[in-house]
Amino acid sequence: MTMMKKLLTSAVASAMMVGGAQAAISNDTVKIGYLADMSGTYRDLAGPNGLKALEMAIADFGGQVNGAKIEVVSADDRNSPDTSSSTVRRWVENEDVDLVAGMVASSVSIAVSKILEEHDRLGIISGSAASSITNEHCTPNHIHYVYDTYPLANGTASAVVKEGGKTWYMLTADYAFGHALEGDVTRVVEANGGEIIGSVRHPFPTQDFSSFILQAQASGADVIGLANAGADTTNAITTASEFGVTQSGQTLAALLLFLTDVHALGAQTAQGIQLTTGWYWDMNDETREWSDRFMEETGVRPTMVHAGIYSSAMQYLKAVEATGSDDAQTVRKQMMDTPINDMFAKNGKIRVDGRMVHDMYLAEVKTPAESKNEWDLYKILRTIPAEESYRPLSESKCKLVNN
Amino acid sequence: MSMIFGVPLAVLSGQLLIGIINGAFYALLSLGLAVIFGLLKIINFAHGAMYMLGALTTVLMFDYLGVNYWVALLLAPLLVGAFGVAIEYFLLRRIAGQDHIYSLLLTFGVALIISGVLVNWFGVSGLRYTMPDMFKGGVNLGFMFMPYYRAWVIVAALVVCFATWFVIEKTKLGAYLRAGTEDSQLMQGFGINVPLLISLTYGFGVALAAFAGVLAAPIYSVTPVMGSATLITVFAVVVIGGMGSIGGAIITGILMGVIEGLTKTFYPPASSAIIFLVMVLVLMFRPSGLFGKEA
Repeated sequence: MTMMKKLLTSAVASAMMVGGAQAAISNDTVKIGYLADMSGTYRDLAGPNGLKALEMAIADFGGQVNGAKIEVVSADDRNSPDTSSSTVRRWVENEDVDLVAGMVASSVSIAVSKILEEHDRLGIISGSAASSITNEHCTPNHIHYVYDTYPLANGTASAVVKEGGKTWYMLTADYAFGHALEGDVTRVVEANGGEIIGSVRHPFPTQDFSSFILQAQASGADVIGLANAGADTTNAITTASEFGVTQSGQTLAALLLFLTDVHALGAQTAQGIQLTTGWYWDMNDETREWSDRFMEETGVRPTMVHAGIYSSAMQYLKAVEATGSDDAQTVRKQMMDTPINDMFAKNGKIRVDGRMVHDMYLAEVKTPAESKNEWDLYKILRTIPAEESYRPLSESKCKLVNN
Repeated sequence: MSMIFGVPLAVLSGQLLIGIINGAFYALLSLGLAVIFGLLKIINFAHGAMYMLGALTTVLMFDYLGVNYWVALLLAPLLVGAFGVAIEYFLLRRIAGQDHIYSLLLTFGVALIISGVLVNWFGVSGLRYTMPDMFKGGVNLGFMFMPYYRAWVIVAALVVCFATWFVIEKTKLGAYLRAGTEDSQLMQGFGINVPLLISLTYGFGVALAAFAGVLAAPIYSVTPVMGSATLITVFAVVVIGGMGSIGGAIITGILMGVIEGLTKTFYPPASSAIIFLVMVLVLMFRPSGLFGKEA
């Protein structure tokens, strides 16, 4: 019976494809579920303001696509894969959600993408870092849009090694993301002739880093690499400056820093730190114009994740418009076939593994003298071309890539 | 260099010292909890939120009113303490005499509301607080670089802890307090205003948390959620020390700081769990805690 049903459904589906795509927007509604940490450690980098960015995209699109209205629902993922899984299950099973957007903690994204694959819906991940999301955890149902640990390591770690930071001591957040980042950093440091001489894995989250900073100091390494995020990173940097890490000749390398983190630290504490970012609000007229609109809505400058949420929602809606369908595979294929040229990326391209590859930027935090206002924080040192940034498909372990 | 279990002695001494500093924080926080539980039998789950309010008040008073660190050290605990008195007067008083679980749930709810509202205003990235100039820098002890501020934290915390212990255990005021909560009717018969005493005691316990918050402001990122993780650890410390034991809370606080510090050196992944492991062991062999009176 079920077999019969499946056959029938696919027959009907293919008939509809042939017959013309116009009829294929389910329920005459494109429904987008926004899932992100709305109240915890990762709130500020995406959170409620990410929802604003998504709503900006929908408003710019006119609130409807091909006559079908665009609806948004949102939920707090509480940084928990379990909570997120049950939310997304309800969304796709009972509420006809077509696209899940946002997604921050890597563990959440990995769990959610499995459910999306099971129900053949689409997810666009903007907040997560782990490069494994489009490597061993890739599915035909999600796209990883803004950045991942691979270019973070490529950008920052290789720059620091080339400046003479040969020996590294790693402070790593003890969960999937930290491990992924440490792995990517180790590869880059060793490839550039450097060496990891020690590491310590700290619990997530940790408030007091003095003990770990002391161990890092005692190691005598040139560089202390921070493979963590959010409050862990800002706390580690504050403690490092208190314990005189830089005065004693060691360099700090923060592998993942968001604009909101640097803003929290301030130019005084964070000056000179190098970081890799997928986007910065003050790069050109296009980014500034969009950021001004965002700031009017939210009162703050956007992070790369906020910009990515807006950009990816626009790409998605354009693909729905072009194909006249909200079917996950149809839309994903259309998105892969269309290069991305907007305020977020130039010539961005979504690969078969779901990775959106685009230029990344090596930035340095300005000194208080250089910084003209509280959000004027980065100097862009170098553009890292897309093909240099991300893991090449030839090294991919993704099941969708024929290696 | 001499080594102990593969760790150089210099590193170990540094870690011991760091452990004592963190222990001073634990002592201060668990002391407030112990005072509140010991005297009022209230399980104060809003303690972490009060610690956070102490830090946040310090930052906001500096940003908007230019209030400096030393004034904040006095003013923030006073303000937060007054807020605590209000909570006791308007909320906790209504459930006095009920099972402990009621005060636990009530204070937990208050804590969630406070941090939830503040997250909406201030976000979670952390507010900046600049270290007072006189504490900038530090001294090289040979085995480690000791920031001046951390030294100050030990001194300030220990002085306040000792003073509190002394007042409660050794003075007449302390005797009133202990008697008033033991048999309030009798004490009222002696002309002591027991309800006021209870309000003030809760306010004082909360002010201790706020004091720890002020000490934390220059060294940790100040966010509306900073109290929640600390709270659980500090509760474990109180349980290990013996619920309600004032001296026990202080000694256990410092001890646990040291044990946690050593774990961070020898096996870091266990450092967030070690205190709870100790708690389990203590509860198995000495259910009333290391310094608690046998029930």
